[in-house]
Amino acid sequence: MDDLYREHILEHYRNPRNYGSLNNPDISYTDSNPLCGDEIRIDINLHDNKVEDVRFQGIGCAISKASASMLTEMIEGMCLEEIKGITRDDILDELGITPGPVRLKCALLCLKVLKAGTYGLKGWPGEED
Amino acid sequence: MCKTKTIKSFDIESIRKDFPILKRTVHGNRLVYLDNAATSQKPACVISTINEFYRHHNANVHRGVYQMSEEATARYEEAHRKVAGFINARSYKEIVFTKNATEAINLVAYSWGRANIKSGDVILLTETEHHSNLVPWQLLAEEKGARLEFISVDENGLLDLQNFEKHVDGNLKLVALTHMSNVLGTINPVSSIAEYAHKKGALILVDAAQTVPRCPVDVQEIDCDFMVFSGHKMLAPNGVGALYAKREVLEDMRPFLGGGDMILEVKLRKSKWNELPWKFEAGTPAIAEGIALGTAIDYLKELGMEPINSYESQVVDYAMERMGNIDGIKIYGPPPEQRGSLVSFNLADIHPHDVAAVLDYEGIAIRAGHHCAQPLHDKLGINASARASFYFYNTMEEVDKLVDGLNKVKKVFR
Repeated sequence: MDDLYREHILEHYRNPRNYGSLNNPDISYTDSNPLCGDEIRIDINLHDNKVEDVRFQGIGCAISKASASMLTEMIEGMCLEEIKGITRDDILDELGITPGPVRLKCALLCLKVLKAGTYGLKGWPGEED
Repeated sequence: MCKTKTIKSFDIESIRKDFPILKRTVHGNRLVYLDNAATSQKPACVISTINEFYRHHNANVHRGVYQMSEEATARYEEAHRKVAGFINARSYKEIVFTKNATEAINLVAYSWGRANIKSGDVILLTETEHHSNLVPWQLLAEEKGARLEFISVDENGLLDLQNFEKHVDGNLKLVALTHMSNVLGTINPVSSIAEYAHKKGALILVDAAQTVPRCPVDVQEIDCDFMVFSGHKMLAPNGVGALYAKREVLEDMRPFLGGGDMILEVKLRKSKWNELPWKFEAGTPAIAEGIALGTAIDYLKELGMEPINSYESQVVDYAMERMGNIDGIKIYGPPPEQRGSLVSFNLADIHPHDVAAVLDYEGIAIRAGHHCAQPLHDKLGINASARASFYFYNTMEEVDKLVDGLNKVKKVFR
């Protein structure tokens, strides 16, 4: 059971970082995992093309929320180019888990939202792997 | 018709021995399989039927004069007769084998719907339908300019049968509804709804995917024009399901798929259709699977549908009582007397995925999501739910394990 619900995941789930929304964000994007009812919205304010402020909101399972929380911490201060380079392995490394194909979608929803919001990407190279 | 009061003793331990997969462990724990509404496990005799067919009887059907082909054909046709007998159809000619219930519904939409539904016609469904009994009608309605109307569901999970008629002004041609909701467990009064449909000059299709596996179902008593169900939910392999339809309706219908076996005579530019039910079974069918459906029916008949139904009533009564006592649980659907053997629920504000994942580590398999019923979840005001669904090989002890598991979920996510 430790496999999926490590203490730090539960911690991020109970006390998500950067939870909320921004007024008039520079970037705002929402997407969902319709198969299971996870939905994430990410708001970003930029300064000098770098992430100055980021918030996320959403309904979803612990994995999707914890993942989003960790991702917002990761991108604070990052420039948009760096954001483009974030891979799914980076997310899974942060989470420290290897979910199966169904839960993988939960874990990566936040990244999908981030990429779509910052670059209009509906996916990224290698997503289908 | 579905809820019965006769209680017969049920040798559950001996029954469970018939199901090889129930011995397996998951994450080191004995499997507790509670996702029977999604698919059922298979008894050894059904598994053997597949094996035996390919070892001893494999040949194509309806095509050969040699011994093995005759054997395969006889067994395959016998399976149709078994299905007909099981649901009290008048004849095996009223039983079309399909891939599953979904394909059966699509067959009706395609073969009957396209010829009989016109612009402005009304198809009446309910808010509680599985996507398989919704999407084919959406496609048909869009193509023909027909209108879909819906019987709504109340807060107890029961269909609102008082107020739907005002939406059915105009040409009602078809009523299509579920016999038992795969989310709420509600068993709908399909016989009286059939009466209503016929009074209005409409036909009725009953989605019996959840009831045929566990209740006595009599198509003549219900008087439905179409009924569909899937083999894999009733101990049979994947890849076989059935459409029942009244003979006179089938005779009038154009074929679904065209090709080999559904024809009697083929010229270059025209063909003559085969007799029922083969007119609707094109190409080489899932022969082994069809025969195995016959074996599944033999197994169910030996246990008896009344004893199966009674036993499951006891299990779901117990489950609702124990689950109802969990602090923070919200159970959807009607009370035990009006439902079949499944319980959909949410536990506090814990996402159903997380509930299912923690239970999985205890070896317990439940379903989490929208169970192919997104509109119903919209109506319930929720994104997703968890669902435990029982079959006659589940035990009261497994209900206890589920409840222990749910209490553990609460501890993890406190």
